Formats: sequence, structure tokens, C-alpha cells
Amino acid sequence: MMRQLFRFHGGVHPPTHKSQSSEKAIVAAVMPSKLVIPLHQHVGNIARPVVKVGDRVLKGQVIGAPDGRLSSAVHASTSGIVAAIDMQVVAHPSALSDLCVTLIPDGLEEWVVNAGADYRELSHTDLRHRLRQAGVVGLGGAVFPSDMKLYGGKNKIKALVLNGAECEPYITCDDRLMRERADEILRGAEIMRALLYAEEVAIGIEDNKPEALAAMQQAIVEGRYQGIEAVAVPTVYPGGGAKQLIRVLTGIEVPAGVRSTDMGVQCFNVATAYSAYRAIAHGEPMLSRIVTVTGNVANPQNFEVLFGTPVEELVAQAGTLPGTTGHLMGGPMMGFELPSAKVGVIKAANCIIAMSEALFPPPAPAMPCIRCTRCVEACPQELQPQDLYWFARADNFGKAQEFSLFDCIECGACAYVCPSHIPLVQYYRYAKSEIWARERDKTAADTARQRHEFRQFRIERDKQEKAAKLAEKERAAALAKQQAEAAQTTAPADEDAQARIQAAMQRVQAQHDQTHPKNTDHLTPQQQTEIAEVEARRAKIRELAHPEADISHPASHLQEVARPQPEDLPKE
Amino acid sequence: MFSSPYLTKPASVSEIMLKVMLALLPGIGFYVWYYGPAILVSITLASLTALATEAAMLKLRDRPVAPFLKDNSALLTAWLLALSIPPLAPWWLVVVGTAFAIAVSKQLYGGLGNNPFNPAMIGYAVLIVSFPVQMTHWLTPHPVGHPELSFLEQLGYIFGGVLPRGLTLDAVTMATPLDTLKTQLHLGHSVGEIRDMPIYGKLAGQGSEMVALGFALGGAYLLASRIIRWHLPVIYLATLYAIAGIFHLIDPAHYVTPLFHWFSGAAMLGAFFILTDPVTSPTTDKGKIIFAVGAGIITYLIRAFGGFPDGMAFATLLMNICVPLIDATTQPKVFGHKGGKR
Repeated sequence: MMRQLFRFHGGVHPPTHKSQSSEKAIVAAVMPSKLVIPLHQHVGNIARPVVKVGDRVLKGQVIGAPDGRLSSAVHASTSGIVAAIDMQVVAHPSALSDLCVTLIPDGLEEWVVNAGADYRELSHTDLRHRLRQAGVVGLGGAVFPSDMKLYGGKNKIKALVLNGAECEPYITCDDRLMRERADEILRGAEIMRALLYAEEVAIGIEDNKPEALAAMQQAIVEGRYQGIEAVAVPTVYPGGGAKQLIRVLTGIEVPAGVRSTDMGVQCFNVATAYSAYRAIAHGEPMLSRIVTVTGNVANPQNFEVLFGTPVEELVAQAGTLPGTTGHLMGGPMMGFELPSAKVGVIKAANCIIAMSEALFPPPAPAMPCIRCTRCVEACPQELQPQDLYWFARADNFGKAQEFSLFDCIECGACAYVCPSHIPLVQYYRYAKSEIWARERDKTAADTARQRHEFRQFRIERDKQEKAAKLAEKERAAALAKQQAEAAQTTAPADEDAQARIQAAMQRVQAQHDQTHPKNTDHLTPQQQTEIAEVEARRAKIRELAHPEADISHPASHLQEVARPQPEDLPKE
Repeated sequence: MFSSPYLTKPASVSEIMLKVMLALLPGIGFYVWYYGPAILVSITLASLTALATEAAMLKLRDRPVAPFLKDNSALLTAWLLALSIPPLAPWWLVVVGTAFAIAVSKQLYGGLGNNPFNPAMIGYAVLIVSFPVQMTHWLTPHPVGHPELSFLEQLGYIFGGVLPRGLTLDAVTMATPLDTLKTQLHLGHSVGEIRDMPIYGKLAGQGSEMVALGFALGGAYLLASRIIRWHLPVIYLATLYAIAGIFHLIDPAHYVTPLFHWFSGAAMLGAFFILTDPVTSPTTDKGKIIFAVGAGIITYLIRAFGGFPDGMAFATLLMNICVPLIDATTQPKVFGHKGGKR
């Protein structure tokens, strides 16, 4: 049966550069001297470190536990000693540092105890939990936690699309995986299909990979898989974009900001299906992936690489060549230049391309846009890239959003064809990040405004409460005064008590004088007279200084409190 | 460190402009064949003027000179303008027109990519309004058989304003076939009578019809090599054909055939080389169609009912004004927002 395929608009045909690496079998990369494993290799919250420096960890042991709903686990790629848990430069275009666990392998490859299971015997909740604990994330580059994508949507899932298109130039890791491990991919697809209650599975493979297509088709026949089809799709970049592949295979167009499951379709990379199978059936967490090492190297090929392997150690195994100016992670259309060759390989790293002047000459200086609309013809999202460029350049972000800036998938097809060599995608990224920044600022301003308003409210409330309390106190004081005045008239009744207290105090003083001799005892009569004189003078001074006895008046204390407080005005 | 994509297609603005200029060569070849080499002189003059003006303006605007001179856009403007004005004209005519086109209608608006109006057509409009007399003396094609000027004699007139003894300008030049048509219709002649005049050939004017054919050939090359897209030329010519056809069917004595319109004046040059200027035409497919229909209608209205013999230039400029509006109102729906399958 011939499946009806759909078209998407535009696309380009850059030279593929795939044959350099596609004809050699996958080789396990040699154990590196150390592994630098970032705890944030997935979309969502960074994994929480659960090991300490100096710990011995086993292969497959969780070193970072998922934190929050959208997160994923990170594991020790091999057994060894945790040498450091600190901030290190990671494989990210920002060149910023992130929390990494540095592991010194002991070479024993000693596994944690792990047990696989038949997916049919596990509940769906359990399956999703296992995938999350196994750190299974999308290996097509987006590294979105897979368990989060394996829920049904508003509509019944018509198709599970497996992405084996691999449209970016140079990359051949999925090609090799499909050729060599087709059956395991299909088994993973079955697990995913079960979780999604999907009707069918369509595996899209660009028609420039006939061997991979044949391998998958053969595996489907041999494994007697029902409702799974491997389909050749036309080779056109970005035919491997999730939205584009879904369109080609099902005709469904998933707009920006809409969950594809709500449209009745879900998409995973073939390597993700493979990893899901390994995680469920063998209990193996994601510890490695297939990475194409190509470009300016002596032997371009695919390696099975442990996460955390320093890029330079990996590239060396393909034969580092002189003239290497840097390393690209991902393909040349959407990848980025690594900030350092020392960063560890991460789950998103499908390809490492050693760059050279000859392979990637610096771009020609940008000329003005002449509105030739070659970008419009190339854009798979049917945008008007030249207009978005003008708006981004003019910081006219409102207009850019009106012209669907956020539908841009940054595939780079526009910049690829631009005869004026304008770095269009860079402008779109700039506009997007500015808009995000402004949204954040706006949210922050809104929060600040709400806080301020509440503070004003609180101050006003406190003031009123204070005033009310004060009024209450004053009333009480006035009452007390009245009572005190009334009591004056009956004061003589207490005089007897006062006299008794006085007598008691004198007794105490006398006792004290007896038990504690004064330093004035045993003195010469001359000294005694001098002291008596001094005492007499002192008594006189005391008398002058305190003409009245100290009487405390309750009202004076109240007046002190009633004094208006300085206004507690906001500083804004 | 730059960002993705790290691959670019080997294409450039200068290459696009150069290909458009190459596509002009068949038309220019026919031009030289039928009218002698004077056109090459005006092309050369226009080219030199364009480069000098562009360089001077870039310098004044404090912009890099070399990359913009190398983009070939000024040269293309020069060629298109030179092909739009009479080749046997005083040298200053083409110089003034080209300088104005580059300095005012291109550089003062911000240079390459920023001009709202087609510079060559602005140059033409300035000349036809300012120097109508000089703009009406077109060379007679050689099959018509008037005394022909040698190259030296042509040079003598262009630079010195002198003609060989015994010859007047009227003897070696004539009005264009479109102009003659209009004048003769005013004089009460029917289309049939006028078409019998020796200056007319099978399709339209002797010689000029072949030049138009040459431009059409060049246009076909541009379409085939995907330098231009089909919307503008095809819709423009179709519109012109449709309107001319309707009038011709209603009253063939007063309205010439649609093919006559296609192969007269600047219709072919305009369809493939002038309307298709990307800077001054709409970017959306729907917009291109609206633009071309509008230009076709205006061209015909000016030709049939207006004061100027040809309407291509003014049609282009009038539609240039509408481009921002057309673009704004013809934005296509983007992927995923169209609703339903197609």
C-alpha cells in the first residue's frame, strides 16, 4: 500500500556530506580519562545531585535525581569515583557554566543492579516513572523528558511518528542506528504506542538513506510488527523538523504553542524509541548515545559515546586534523559552536563536526536586503522572513510577533539562501530573547506593583489599627486616672501599710550593716570626723539636687507613646 | 564566533544583478542590429555615470564604496534607463537621467534595498517630463530604409550635436510606433490604415518588435534560472492582453491587437526586467498578482487614453507607491494557522 504523503512549503537542499561517516559501523568510543556529566541535560528543572565528592558510584547509578514534575534523572555513565561536583563550562551556545559531576572511571564497568521487564506487565504510570528514572529524553536534539510526552491528548492519537529523517547535513547517527538496531527501535515504538494508545506508527526516513529504510522495513517484516510502517519521505531540509515530518506523514499542521497530541499525533526520534526500549526491557538508564564525529577529522564515523566524555577525547578517536578551528555540536544548519572542546558529550549531542576554514569559511559581509523573497520561498513555516528581519532590526517586536515570529523554528533555511548573506536567524533569536526579557520584566513589574499596592494597604491598615489601639489605651488611661483620683480620697487607709514597709526595710538595713562591716569601721577618730563632714556635704548636695521626691505620673508615660510616629512612606 | 546556519548557498546580490544584465543581451543584440551601435554608447555613458554617481553618493553618505559598487545594482539601473530612452540623443540626456536615478531615487532613500521607486523609471519620468522633445527622437530602424547614420556620425551627434551635411534630425529619427499610432488615430485614421505604414512589421513596430522579442527571450532565461518568479511578468502580460483584447474585439478600427501592445514600447522590458525589481515590488504572491494587474491596467489606460505614448514607466511608479499597502494586506497564513488539511 502506498501511503499518501503531504508536502510542506519551502525547504532547501544543502550538500549533505553524509557519505563520509555513514558507511562505517558504530564503534564504542574508548573509555575517557574522566567524565564531565552536566546535571542539566534535559528540558526542565536541573537534576538534584545525590552523590558526594569522593563517593564511589556504579555504572547506571543515579547521580542526579529528577527535581519537580518536568525534570529527568542523570546517571553515572560508568563506575568510578566522584572527583568533583562543581560549575563547569557545558555544551551550550551561551558558553555559561552549569553544575557538573566529574567522574574518574575505574575501568571496571561495574553495574548497579537493574532489572528489565515486559512493558505489557507494567502499568502506564509505572512505565512513565521508569522512563523518567532512566533519564530518557528526546535524542533528536530537544531533550524533552519523554515520559511527559507519553500522555494522550484531547483527541485520540492517530499516529505516532518516529523521526528517522535526519535531514541535517553531516549527521548519520540515526542512519547507523536504524541500520544496526532496527528491531530495538521497533520494540521501543511499541512501548510508546501503548502509552499513547496510538492507532499506528509511521517511521519517516528521508529517501537518501535507502539502507536504513530497507533495514527498518525488513525488521518490521521479520518481527511481524502490526501497524508500524517505515516510510521514505522526500529529502529536503528541514524535513526532519518534527512539525514538517508530522505534516508529510499525516497531513496535520501543528501550530506553534499547540501540543501535537491535541492534534492527534506525537513524534519521537528513533534513537529515543531505542533508549525507551533499553530502559524498560533491560532496565538500562540512558548512559550513552550514538554520536557522529565528522568534518575536519581523519576518519569520520559514528561512536557510541558515554555521556560526559570530553569532546576533545572523542574527536581524537576519529583522528584530529590540523587546521581545526572549533567544534560544532549538532548539524551545520541548527547546531552551535562549542565554547570549549573540553565540555562533556550530552544527551543532545547527535553530532560533533570539527570545523576548519575550508569547510566553514567565514560568512561574506552582509549586504542590504533586496526583498528578493528567496527566504520566503525557502521558509518551511510559511513566514515572511524578510519582514521579520526588518521588524527585528527596528526593535519593532510587536509587529514581529504579529508576523508570527514565534512560529519560526530557526531552521536556518532563510539564511542559507539569502543572497545578501544576512544572518537572519540571529535577528530572530535576538527578537525572541528581547521579547522574553520584556515579558519577564513586565511580569516582574506587575509583581512589584502588586507588592507595592499590598504594602500601601498594609501600612494604611496598621496605621488604622494603631490609631484604634491608641484610642482604646487613652480611654483606658483616662479611666485609670479617674479611678486614681477617686482613690486619693481613700489614701490614708494605706498609711499604716506604708509605715510597716518602712520599718521592715530598716530592719533589713540594720541586719546588713551588722553582717557586712563598712570600710568606715575601725578608723581613727580623725578619719571618722572627716568622713562625717563629707557625708554631711553629700547629704546637702543630694537635697539640693532633688527638691521633690520622685513621683511617676502614669499620664506622662502615655503621652510619650502618643507622640506621632514619623510617616513610614514608601521609597518609590 | 558566529551562529547557525554555518552553511550558505553560494549566491550573492551581485550575481543576481549580473544575471539580469546577461538576460538583457538578446534584446540589446537586436537593438544594435536594427538601430546601429548608438545604444551601446548610451549604455556605456549611463554605466559610467551610474558608477560615478553611486561612488560619490556613497562617499557623501559615509558608506563603504567598493562592496556597493561591486553589487552591480547601479549598472543594472543604468542599462535599463539607457534602453528606455532614445539612443540618438545628446550625451547629457542620459547622464542627467542616470545621475538623478542613482543620486535621488536610490541613494537619497538609503541606497540598495531601500528605494521605494524603481530608479530607472524615475530617471525616465524625469527626462520625459523635462525634455519631451529630445525624448521623442527615436532612431529609424534600418529595414525602413531611411538614410542610415554610420557609427561615427552617430557619435558626432551624441557628443557634438552635429549631423552630416544635408540631414535633419527628422530625417534620421521618427516617433515610436506607439506614438505614431496615437497621432494617426487622432488624425482620424483607422488601425488598419495605420498598420499598413512602412514602420510597422508583423507584430508591432519594425525592428522594435524584435527587440521586444529579445527581451522576452531574456525573460524566459530569468524565469528558467529562477532569478525571477512567474507572477509579475505573466500576470502583467495577461492583464495587458485581456484589456487590449476586450477593446480590440469591441472596436478593432480604433484599438490595436493585444499582440501589438505586447511587442510595442516597454511592455516586454517592463514585464521581465522592471516590474520584477524585487526592491520595489511586493513580496507576497498575492501581492505580486495585484501589483501586476494594476500595472497592466494603468499601462493600457495611458497608452489608449492618456497623454503619453507609453504607460509602462508611470504604471510602474504608481504601483510602486502601493507596495507597502499591498504587502500589508496580502500577508499569507503561516504554517499551522490555516486550519484543516490542504
